[in-house]
Amino acid sequence: MNLFTSIKMAARNIRGNKMRSFLTMLGIIIGVSSVIALLAIGQGSSKSVTDSVNSLGTNLITVNITNTDTHFTMDNLKEVKQATGVKSVAPVLSGRSTLRNGSTNSQVSVTGTTSSYLSIRQLTVKQGRFVSSLDEKFRQKIVVLGSDLATTLFENESPIDKKVLIDGESYLVVGVLNSKGGSMGSSSDDAAFLPFSTAQRLIGTTYITQFYAQAESQDSVNWAMAGISRVLSQTYSDSDDYSVVNQQDVMEAMSSVTSTMTMLLAGIAGISLLVGGIGIMNIMLVSVTERTREIGIRKAIGAKRKDIMLQFLIEAAVLSMLGGLCGVGIGILAAKIYALAVGGTIVYSLPIMAAAFLFSAVVGIVFGVFPAYKASKLNPIEALRME
Amino acid sequence: MSEVMISMSKIEKTYKLGDNIVHALDHIDLTIEEGAFVSIVGPSGSGKSTLMNMMGCLDKPDGGEYTLGGSHIDRLKDRDLAEIRNRKIGFIFQNFNLLGKLTAVENVEMPLLYRGVKAKIRRARALECLKLVGLEERATHLPNQLSGGQQQRVAIARALAGEPQILLADEPTGALDSKTSEDIMKLLTTLNNSGRTIVLITHDLNVARKAKRTVSIRDGRLQEGEHI
Repeated sequence: MNLFTSIKMAARNIRGNKMRSFLTMLGIIIGVSSVIALLAIGQGSSKSVTDSVNSLGTNLITVNITNTDTHFTMDNLKEVKQATGVKSVAPVLSGRSTLRNGSTNSQVSVTGTTSSYLSIRQLTVKQGRFVSSLDEKFRQKIVVLGSDLATTLFENESPIDKKVLIDGESYLVVGVLNSKGGSMGSSSDDAAFLPFSTAQRLIGTTYITQFYAQAESQDSVNWAMAGISRVLSQTYSDSDDYSVVNQQDVMEAMSSVTSTMTMLLAGIAGISLLVGGIGIMNIMLVSVTERTREIGIRKAIGAKRKDIMLQFLIEAAVLSMLGGLCGVGIGILAAKIYALAVGGTIVYSLPIMAAAFLFSAVVGIVFGVFPAYKASKLNPIEALRME
Repeated sequence: MSEVMISMSKIEKTYKLGDNIVHALDHIDLTIEEGAFVSIVGPSGSGKSTLMNMMGCLDKPDGGEYTLGGSHIDRLKDRDLAEIRNRKIGFIFQNFNLLGKLTAVENVEMPLLYRGVKAKIRRARALECLKLVGLEERATHLPNQLSGGQQQRVAIARALAGEPQILLADEPTGALDSKTSEDIMKLLTTLNNSGRTIVLITHDLNVARKAKRTVSIRDGRLQEGEHI
């Protein structure tokens, strides 16, 4: 008997028992679709992290000062700027404040910084200008808005030369930034930027806990990092008091987190596939018992053990592959729905889909072997006697 | 004269029932020629089903020799027995034993399916056989859409499809009313007249008498003629 006929026969048996076949496939469907959906979401989030990290520029060095006893000041920062390989530096003073225009208000992250921040973070100005060194010097109460924030507060109006209230005090809007996107809650689109000295007053701190530095080129990142560390070590004896990381480090840390997460998701999904396989075996065993008589008839008519074995094996494989196919479809759909609902990035990977589908087929065959073997071993005389 | 189709010599089959040993077949000697129409009669428990299984290569004897259509089959392996069943034997059962999910014509072409015959030839041959039993219009019906007599005729067509050397009918009229039984017996007689070897197993003497030769079996032993 040829394979095509066997497959047709199997498809017919599956159609003849629609409800049961569907329930049997459900395990596989859930397994495969969860593999595909979860991995699409996992890879999507890792991609969006990578993208946002990359968009900051590969020359970017982030320095965090964790020692709060010895304060890091603007004077210290000037020394850092002199270090080898460092092109420019920008202090960052972050806080959260409520911005208000008329009756519209929005709680956003407020960053106090200097004019070099714009080029270091590779941001661009859409309207007006960014914070200048004069603003910095005279503690001007001016603010630059991220694009989303500008839309929230002013809708379609131009916010330039309008006043906003930040924690109750009036600030002049001098600029709006272009949209850049971002992730991990650090989007510059939904933030407000003040001169560093102004922000010191608003937030109530005098010292710097974080600053960005830009290396002269990608090649000199390591030089610059070493230079910065040397300057910092003059102020702080303990290297635990500060951290100097470049984008590469951040990316590696992030990707190790996301890959662990992805592996975990894949593991859970794999277990559900296994459970689905056991479901298939269970139903196939029931099916063998139910169809004992049919097996007897087929054997009497001349079916060899191989034929019977193949029939049940193909049925299990078709069942699981059908489930796998449905699972791929549902997985793609589920990830799409997630993307639409939450707005996250998703990445479909063809190799993963193929692997999940193949795995489902393998599961069907592996768990189909035992019932098929059992069926092929039936004694035709006893099988025929069964009612 | 005609050639020997079935030759059994000293065929033995014993079962253990607790401590007792039951001789289901006790040194059976039987020869059936090609083109014969033999009925084997016996009450239940006489061993006629065992004999039928043995003839049909569903069971292996514990001792003795069995030749079917020229090939020795007493020591064959399972897979070779399956081959012999497929090519040399056509079974007709008391309860028809059609597959309920397949149409009449699909049931009929099943022996050819396991022989690896191509779909087109298979279908044509199956339709031919259905025509032979007068059911070509019912080809696409499922067994449960057919009457008992029609189902048995489909089963006969299935037995014929593989062009076997011998038809083995195990109580073919057992589940049918007397009118339909007669039709089935007429069909078998016609088939025999066209040269097919038929072995009929029954407990019904009226049915057995339709055959050209009658053999009776009791306690695993054979006797020519009717002795019940």
